[in-house]
Amino acid sequence: MAPTPGATRPAERRAERPAQRSQRLRHQLVAWGFIAPVAIYMIVFYAYPLFRNLDLSFRDYTLASFITGEAPFVGIANYVEVLRSPTFWPALGSTAVFTLGSIAVQFALGLALAVFFYRRFPLSTTLRALFLVPWLLPLLVSASIWAWMLNSDSGVVNAALAVFGISQVNWLTSPQTSMIGVLIANIWIGIPFNLVIMYAGLQNIPDEVYEASSLDGANAWQTFWRITFPMLRPVSAITLLLGLIYTLKVFDIIWIMTRGGPGDSSTTFAIWSYRLGFGGGSPDLSPAAAVGNLLIVIAFVFGIIYIRTQRRTEDEL
Amino acid sequence: MNVRTKRTVNTTIGVILTAIMLFPLYWMINVSLTQPVRLRKDPPDLIPIDPTFDGYARVLQDQLPYLGTSLIVGLGTVALTLALSAPAAFALAKLHPRGGGAVDFVMLIAQMIPGIIMAMGFYLIFFNWGILDSVLGLILADSTLAVPFGVLIFTAFMSGIPEELMSAAKIDGAGAWRSFRSVVLPISRNSVVTVSLFTFLWSWSDFLFASTVNRGVSCSPSRSGSTATSATTRRTGTRSWRRPSSRPSRQPCCSWWRSATSRPASRPVR
Repeated sequence: MAPTPGATRPAERRAERPAQRSQRLRHQLVAWGFIAPVAIYMIVFYAYPLFRNLDLSFRDYTLASFITGEAPFVGIANYVEVLRSPTFWPALGSTAVFTLGSIAVQFALGLALAVFFYRRFPLSTTLRALFLVPWLLPLLVSASIWAWMLNSDSGVVNAALAVFGISQVNWLTSPQTSMIGVLIANIWIGIPFNLVIMYAGLQNIPDEVYEASSLDGANAWQTFWRITFPMLRPVSAITLLLGLIYTLKVFDIIWIMTRGGPGDSSTTFAIWSYRLGFGGGSPDLSPAAAVGNLLIVIAFVFGIIYIRTQRRTEDEL
Repeated sequence: MNVRTKRTVNTTIGVILTAIMLFPLYWMINVSLTQPVRLRKDPPDLIPIDPTFDGYARVLQDQLPYLGTSLIVGLGTVALTLALSAPAAFALAKLHPRGGGAVDFVMLIAQMIPGIIMAMGFYLIFFNWGILDSVLGLILADSTLAVPFGVLIFTAFMSGIPEELMSAAKIDGAGAWRSFRSVVLPISRNSVVTVSLFTFLWSWSDFLFASTVNRGVSCSPSRSGSTATSATTRRTGTRSWRRPSSRPSRQPCCSWWRSATSRPASRPVR
């Protein structure tokens, strides 16, 4: 634990009397008294489940283990099994397509909408608020609506496409399009988040910058690409990182819409892990835990990349 | 183009975009009011012709106990989250504890952990503790969705409370607890509402934990019939509320929703 900087200056500390020191100690104890419940909670309900999960991935936990409470240690066998599984590469591909596709489109649309609503026209505040409504909707409900809308036979999306002479698309029931189907739903759900953050980012750009650029005769296009976009870089970075982490975790939407199918066509790591552990049949908790831990590794890698780039930008400044 | 027409054009575009964005919500309402026999119609009706409220009536009739469970779990999660995160945030924001930065960082990292991993850990732990399929277990699991978020939001808010106010309370003889309860908490009303709202929404709409820590160990019908809980079933409540004609289950084996519908609806709220 690092001492709080600036709490006391060295000169003062040297002159400190025992009474003062004990008072500071008491202060620290009181402060940690407030934090203690949450600290204990985090250990019992975060660290411990994570540890159990890690432990699980190195053991062979079967139905019998529930009764006997014993599971043999098997080392990295579960990881080897997962890596060799025919599902591994398709699942990795799906995870990449789902995550990158979602955040790229969400971010682009969120930014475009933020710029649009930033223009301040009548009703702009109200409309922007309405845009956030899908955010408040339970994921379960959103996913179900989209499953219904994308229904092959009686879905409204196919009905709309039929008007333009496009024949029936089996959105969620064909391996070629199931990923597009869940992507559409997930992008829709993610737009409000991107809109809110990017809008906040726009508000932080000082008006003077725009005044200067308009004096220099920049048109709207140039203003956006030369001023707005570069100045939004820090906000964009955190939005993309959070989007990435949230999207990697997405489970409800895909599970409700397609259950990862047909086949493995929309099976991401989160879905795969759930299907192994809780999807029916006998629970393969150990491989499921291994898949889950791979997911954490991916999230952490991107977290580190973010911190690295963040540091580099700070060095440049 | 003068300023006024430009504004009108913008508003028009804005209204159209919002309408597109909110169309799924409209569609949900439309479908929920459509007569079951019309649901399979191709093309579907754009407005509910001859609307029916049967779906809602049936949900209220069949699913009320589950909605009750949802409510209890939701409120319990909110209470637990507030009780844990508000005091901690107060200390982090105002009492300058050593290692406070590390706590903040942990809260940030905690939100990165995929729910499925937590679910598997909880499944084993709750199995050992004997609180699988219980309201308490679900409250504990659901609270992990919100506690780190709550701490971060409260800390951000409470840091903004002027230091003078804290000094004034101190001069008046208030200890840390008193300052927290009588000064900081009343001022933080808005953030309490924000955190409560999000916590409740997350717990209300949680599907992952309800379908893992609140289901049977194996897939045998009797097992899932006796152990999958009302909390799992409450999801079906949302489902049939939206889709009055429950469509045939497309899931193999004992999924959360097959087991849910195959069970009598009169399960008591635990």
